[in-house]
Amino acid sequence: MTAGQDLEPLEDEALRERLERVWAHPTGWRGVLTAVDHKVIARRYIATAFVFFFLAGVLALLMRAQLARPESHLIGPDRYNQLFSMHGTTMMFLFAVPVMEAIAVYLVPLMCGARNICFPRLNAYGYWVYLFGGIMIWIAFAMNVGPETGWFSYVPLAGPEFSPGKRTDFWAQMVTFTEVAALAVAVQLVAQILKQRAPGMTLSRMPLFLWSMLVTAFMVIFAMPAVMVATTFLITDRLVGTQFYNPAEGGDPLLWQHLFWFFGHPEVYIIFIPALGMVSQIVAAFSRRTILAYPAMVLALLANGFLAFGLWVHHMFATGLPRLGDSFYTSASMMIAIPSGLQIFAWIATIWDGKPRFKTPLLFVIGFIVIFVLGGLTGVMLASVPLDLQVHDTYFVVAHFHYVLIGGAVFPLFGAIYYWFPKITGRLLDERAGVWNFWTFFVGFNVAFFPMHILGLLGMPRRVYTYKAGLGWEVWNLISSLGAVLIAVSMLIFIINVLVSLRRGKVAGDNPWEASSLEWATSSPPPIYNFLRIPVVTGREPLWEGDKLPVMSGLGETERESLCVSIVEAEPDIRQKSAPPTVWPLLAAIATTVLFIGSIFHEWAVVWGAIPVAITLCGWFWPGRPTRKALKERSA
Amino acid sequence: MIRRITRLAPCLALAGCAGVQSALDPASDQASSVFGIWSLMLWICGVMYALVLAFLAAAIWKARHRLSGPPIAEGQKSPADRPLTRVLTGWVGLTVVGLLVLTFGSFLVDRQLALADQKNAQTIKITANQWWWKVEYDDPVPGRRFVTANELHLPVDRPARIELEAGDVIHSFWVPNLGGKQDLIPGRTNRLLVTPRRVGLFRGQCAEFCGLQHAWMALDVTVEPQTAFAAWAEAQRRAPAPPSTPEALRGRDVFIGAACNSCHQVTGQPAQGQTGPDLTHMASRPSLAAGARPYSRQALDEWLRDPQALKPGNHMPLVATRADERAALVAYLDTLK
Amino acid sequence: MIRQRIVGDLSHLPDHAFGPRSLMWWGILGFMLIEGAGFLLAGGAYFFLVGHVQPWPPGQTPPTLTWGIVFTVVILLSEIPNAWTNNQARHYRDWPTRIGLILMSLAGAILLAIRFLEFQALNTRWDADPYGSIIWALMILHTVHVVTDLGDTLYITIVSFIWPFDGGEYSGVVDNCVYWRFVILTWLPIGALVYLGPRLL
Repeated sequence: MTAGQDLEPLEDEALRERLERVWAHPTGWRGVLTAVDHKVIARRYIATAFVFFFLAGVLALLMRAQLARPESHLIGPDRYNQLFSMHGTTMMFLFAVPVMEAIAVYLVPLMCGARNICFPRLNAYGYWVYLFGGIMIWIAFAMNVGPETGWFSYVPLAGPEFSPGKRTDFWAQMVTFTEVAALAVAVQLVAQILKQRAPGMTLSRMPLFLWSMLVTAFMVIFAMPAVMVATTFLITDRLVGTQFYNPAEGGDPLLWQHLFWFFGHPEVYIIFIPALGMVSQIVAAFSRRTILAYPAMVLALLANGFLAFGLWVHHMFATGLPRLGDSFYTSASMMIAIPSGLQIFAWIATIWDGKPRFKTPLLFVIGFIVIFVLGGLTGVMLASVPLDLQVHDTYFVVAHFHYVLIGGAVFPLFGAIYYWFPKITGRLLDERAGVWNFWTFFVGFNVAFFPMHILGLLGMPRRVYTYKAGLGWEVWNLISSLGAVLIAVSMLIFIINVLVSLRRGKVAGDNPWEASSLEWATSSPPPIYNFLRIPVVTGREPLWEGDKLPVMSGLGETERESLCVSIVEAEPDIRQKSAPPTVWPLLAAIATTVLFIGSIFHEWAVVWGAIPVAITLCGWFWPGRPTRKALKERSA
Repeated sequence: MIRRITRLAPCLALAGCAGVQSALDPASDQASSVFGIWSLMLWICGVMYALVLAFLAAAIWKARHRLSGPPIAEGQKSPADRPLTRVLTGWVGLTVVGLLVLTFGSFLVDRQLALADQKNAQTIKITANQWWWKVEYDDPVPGRRFVTANELHLPVDRPARIELEAGDVIHSFWVPNLGGKQDLIPGRTNRLLVTPRRVGLFRGQCAEFCGLQHAWMALDVTVEPQTAFAAWAEAQRRAPAPPSTPEALRGRDVFIGAACNSCHQVTGQPAQGQTGPDLTHMASRPSLAAGARPYSRQALDEWLRDPQALKPGNHMPLVATRADERAALVAYLDTLK
Repeated sequence: MIRQRIVGDLSHLPDHAFGPRSLMWWGILGFMLIEGAGFLLAGGAYFFLVGHVQPWPPGQTPPTLTWGIVFTVVILLSEIPNAWTNNQARHYRDWPTRIGLILMSLAGAILLAIRFLEFQALNTRWDADPYGSIIWALMILHTVHVVTDLGDTLYITIVSFIWPFDGGEYSGVVDNCVYWRFVILTWLPIGALVYLGPRLL
């Protein structure tokens, strides 16, 4: 075959057979336990994250039921505290961050034109660790040892004296589980996006979703260690008597707050920036126009990522830190509105100048703009020290961050699900149910959360299991609870739509939306090797460039391989071996789980628990080739 | 300037939501300043929000006819590229200006709060515990200091310097009508200045999650004229009249015998406990158990019958198990005025 | 299915490379960034506590210098065999690479033994006060890295005797050398915090 030649269908067929042999994988239960294909792992990841999302949503409904009336006796304080702690913990650690990374695990290799993710076994390991951590905390919750001190677990309340028992220990180790998983994905995304893009996909041609995931991955790498350090100190304070946070011995509870929010604020952007990438993909595809001001959009993403690390103190304005320092954080916090505002404008302008088709994904993006901008503006208000001192830790803040997180991340996520579902499953979600899903969610959300702004201004603090009658809060709380019911209805529509469409949805074809990025250049769902040949990129919208896709042959056709390219220019460089399926990542994850849970009960578990981890890692990296001895005998 | 905006406040509808625990009904210099910056924010952010929504609506409206045609890829210049990029630059500039105004306004208010006049201030030390407030009124003369719990009286038009400490975990002191909140952190002392300008009854509540009874950790605040405050303080310094009826006398014996006095203090009685709220004038306070119920004999009786029913998880044990003992105890405690 | 046009062939590309061209190097870089961030934050916590605990150390003697100095000297010297091993692997030299790996395993084991003696001479306990807690935390944090790299080196050494090396394995040796350099470099600030901080602050 020579370059520039058009291809005959017969050659494609022969190549397909060869690829299927090379990329063959076990089936049945063995296939489930040994999978390393990024699409399989990502599908599990997404499904698991949504299960946690719905579970945490049920907790929210219980809380709204309790708060619908003043001085209600439906749920007692102990149970209620566990409910809101689990709600926050699950949403932040088990849903929001993992689901964004999960979608990236599915899409990034496809958008890069790669055959698999760069570290397939690490990927599988990350998923298992996440799954086991999530199951652990939910079992603990079911057995009444769930977290009780909030997703932020302020010391000394979470310290050994005021939170005796194992509840907070389970919480702290759950954080460790999810951080290990998140970091595993982050490392892969960095390596994948920098080293394993399609030939010709220079940095300036990368889809904005790839840029957003690159920024997110770096943020995970710099932010998550903070919470790991914080929770490690917490758990050693609780288990072996270190004194990091103990004010009686000269420790300081504010050390926890600094470490936690150094992670906690970027965490919000770790959830939000992938959503920005999704929005850019959806807006471009449905407006049928390239995003306006691409370089400015990339710079805005980078600015968001940098600035997010300078804001953590605005969670601590009420702790009595020096006032001058506070003013610095005020201006930094306000500054982050600039790149966000720029992106909002560029999306609207793209719709304005494009040829938009208002399908469900674009509806969710419009909902995102309406809700998120309001949340962003209340965020600007919270950046002001004096105003924050009034509304901090009230329902105003609850309203604000639900506008930012549901509006800013969950709406784009739902748009993304409607957009990429056909790629993942081969079938389209039902459009009419999608429109219902959108409107019930949009209306329900605003009915549930807008009144909370007013509640906060009327003096209602957060995290109260009940409230006094006669303070003017009753009616707003009741409205809010009704809105929550509407959201639940919306979620039911979504679940039914997904389940029905999986079986009976319209068959999608390769590129149902006529979108432009590489994931649409292969079949839906993609084959295990993703692409028949490695696509070559010559512009920002590869599939809008012409009717024939330039490709390169000769990779991964005789053994599992992926392509490494140079970082900036994306010139082909190395044929990198890609790991075959194996059960070792699962075993390593089990060993890790034993270590983490063991350490809750006995401090030396970190030592003896490390031995099985080491053994499983050896199995993981064991070379699958003939030994020296075998080779020598063979040659003799 | 900010004052004037306050008067033009766009949130008149919300300001109608006056209440004893509302940030929209300021009753002190500090709360008024914050209300001013809130109004400024609401105006500027409201205009920005309206602009975004208008642009979005226009984009959707404009698009209603153009649904077909080939996509516009990179490199295929759209005629709208240049004007849109210019408007984008303008938009970013507008955002920057808006934020500068807000940052500056916020800074001014913050400075105003920090430099407020503290002359002739009344110093009050508040210590938060799970789940009640200990309130100590300082005085240059040691004998004139006094302690109360879960209630705060402030003279109008006189600044109060409140020192905030915590006995166990982190709490947050917040009386919305009087100003912003400040955390009480073990091992630290925070300070808050309040200058009340309006007589009235207000309510404050712990604003930092502090465990099981975070919801019922409230504080009754009375802002009153200087003379009324002086009279109240004088009454607080006196020991309550000793019990006179036989039932109240018996109640006092129960109080001592059932070891109530190991946690609670009553001036003039052998009751010096410090771990629970001071009860010297408890019957004169507006509410019971840190705002959980308005004070009445009946509420007191219910509270003593099972303290864990009203505030599950609180540190008050069941002491008077027999009905007649409890009745005597209620009779005695009701004399503590 | 979108129609395709072949514009090139990738089968001639090499199957491995050294340093930043190799994928694994980027993976290791990612983990070094994570751990570096962890070290930085632990250092930040150290200075935060210095601000709250006066004097520093509060009433204890600072850690004894002797074994700290020995450890620092040995770990700095270990860069010599490390660099040598790196060079041998880059030139695909079979036996020298293996010898280098054995030397590096020995260096790691010796360092661990010294580290054990260091722990005996810290002159504080982790549960004494925040000072003791953070000193122990920093030491354990660094020790975990020494142990990890020692485990990795031992594993590669064993593999090198059983299986014939291919290009990818040589590249792995180089990456391991990079990681060891990270362990050496991170010791310098951590050692300063543990041994010099209590004397100078």
